Amino acid sequence: MTAETRILRLHVNGSDVDVAAPSHWTLLEVVRYRLGLTGTKQGCDKGDCGACTLLVDGRARLSCITLAGDAVGHRVTTIEGLVTKDGLDLLQRTFDEAGALQCGFCQPGMIVAARACLDAKPEATRAEVKEALASNLCRCTGYTKIFEAVEQAVRAGRAAHTNGPASLVGDSAALAGGRR
Amino acid sequence: MLRLEPFAFAKPQTTDEALALLARHGAKAKLIAGGTDLLPNLKHGLYEPEVVIALSDLAELRGVAVNGAGELEIGAMTTLEEVERAALVRARAPGLAQAAAAVAGPTQRTMGTLGGNVCLDTRCVWINQSHFWRQSLGFCLKKDGTVCHVVKGGKSCVAAASNDTATLLVALRARLTIRSAAATREVAIADFYKADGAMNLRLAPDELLTRITVPAPAPQGTWSGYAKLRPRASIDFPRLSVGVAWTTQQDGTFADATVVVSAIAATPRVIAGIGELLRGRRPDDLAALLAAGEKARSVVTPLTNIDGDPQWRRAMVPVFVKRSFLAGARGGA
Repeated sequence: MTAETRILRLHVNGSDVDVAAPSHWTLLEVVRYRLGLTGTKQGCDKGDCGACTLLVDGRARLSCITLAGDAVGHRVTTIEGLVTKDGLDLLQRTFDEAGALQCGFCQPGMIVAARACLDAKPEATRAEVKEALASNLCRCTGYTKIFEAVEQAVRAGRAAHTNGPASLVGDSAALAGGRR
Repeated sequence: MLRLEPFAFAKPQTTDEALALLARHGAKAKLIAGGTDLLPNLKHGLYEPEVVIALSDLAELRGVAVNGAGELEIGAMTTLEEVERAALVRARAPGLAQAAAAVAGPTQRTMGTLGGNVCLDTRCVWINQSHFWRQSLGFCLKKDGTVCHVVKGGKSCVAAASNDTATLLVALRARLTIRSAAATREVAIADFYKADGAMNLRLAPDELLTRITVPAPAPQGTWSGYAKLRPRASIDFPRLSVGVAWTTQQDGTFADATVVVSAIAATPRVIAGIGELLRGRRPDDLAALLAAGEKARSVVTPLTNIDGDPQWRRAMVPVFVKRSFLAGARGGA
């Protein structure tokens, strides 16, 4: 059968985009090879490793086993979309601060899955974080620092909630300054 | 990188529209619910559909409710995460919540559906591989070939049912509602499966599973539990899948009990004679539970169709029968 190319109207990282793509392409292929958002990684390419995790309507989703057509009408957020006008997402900063990477290939998927976890459970415990990240493999086995980075984000989030937004800015400045 | 072969894509907005598409395309169509089983299999070239029909917009097939007869009705498109967390499921069929929670990993469960898991394709180490890998071995009985790499000289496919929830749904005697454009039928889940690994579902190409119905708990409660042997606590398919359901007498001893073992053959296997064996014994009587497990072990024969040494998987049958009873919880109205 010949490929059937269609225009898909996707909503990615806050913007509507029209993308011409074959109807058998996955969301991962469209994000990486049409939109150039290469932060989302192509790992096992069959739903086993979590490197391709992004958010659809705020929930973690494996984009390598999601057809792009199935994402029409839903909000897609990639690792790039976690950055706001105020800068990096808190989890991006704590992963940096905690050194929660070795080769780094799993990191975008880990951060995105952790974002979905904390959005649902801002006070997630270590056990809940481990469970939420159980679809994401780190072949460097750097899990301990990854869990610590998420816990650091939980603590920073709690401090911001208690002390107001100003403390989050201060916290983030401290975090950013920590290693630079 | 695993590429998909081209196909057309349709996303119907109503169940009737989906059924009309199925009636038109029949065996040339594949349905996609959560996609967690279909997409890897498509990428391995196990199916060659001309059109893929997405069920994701069919909100009418989502949700958990209790009907007038006190039965649990679960829409086929309800996600495994929703099944796992639904208060109605946890209260009435706790073993089903356990089985749903045991499927793959958390992200797969936000995508995968109960209907998709019930319809999960059978698995085998010789089939769940890339087209290149399978081609290099001359393919096999399940797809494109004429030999079985598991059973020498085998003429029928022995790929294994690997769906966690089906094991428990068979133990609970669930029923399935299946629709086509022409008719609606209901079937006991045990009769939905047939002993053919190549295609173990009794589902016509124009049919769609729309609802799973779990019978009302017995007046004294219906207990259910699930246990799964797998190398990691996440992601993996079962190397052994055990679901149990039982009722009790006034004194708390077993009245009746059902043990179902899966990830062995193409269908979940109901172990005969467990009710007689356990009647009058206590659910915390480990010797009785292990005796039930021994009975199960004596009639199942793990093959080299899925990962894990077959002798070891067989030796683990009594252990996992015991564990599924110990994991059991009371389901009541």
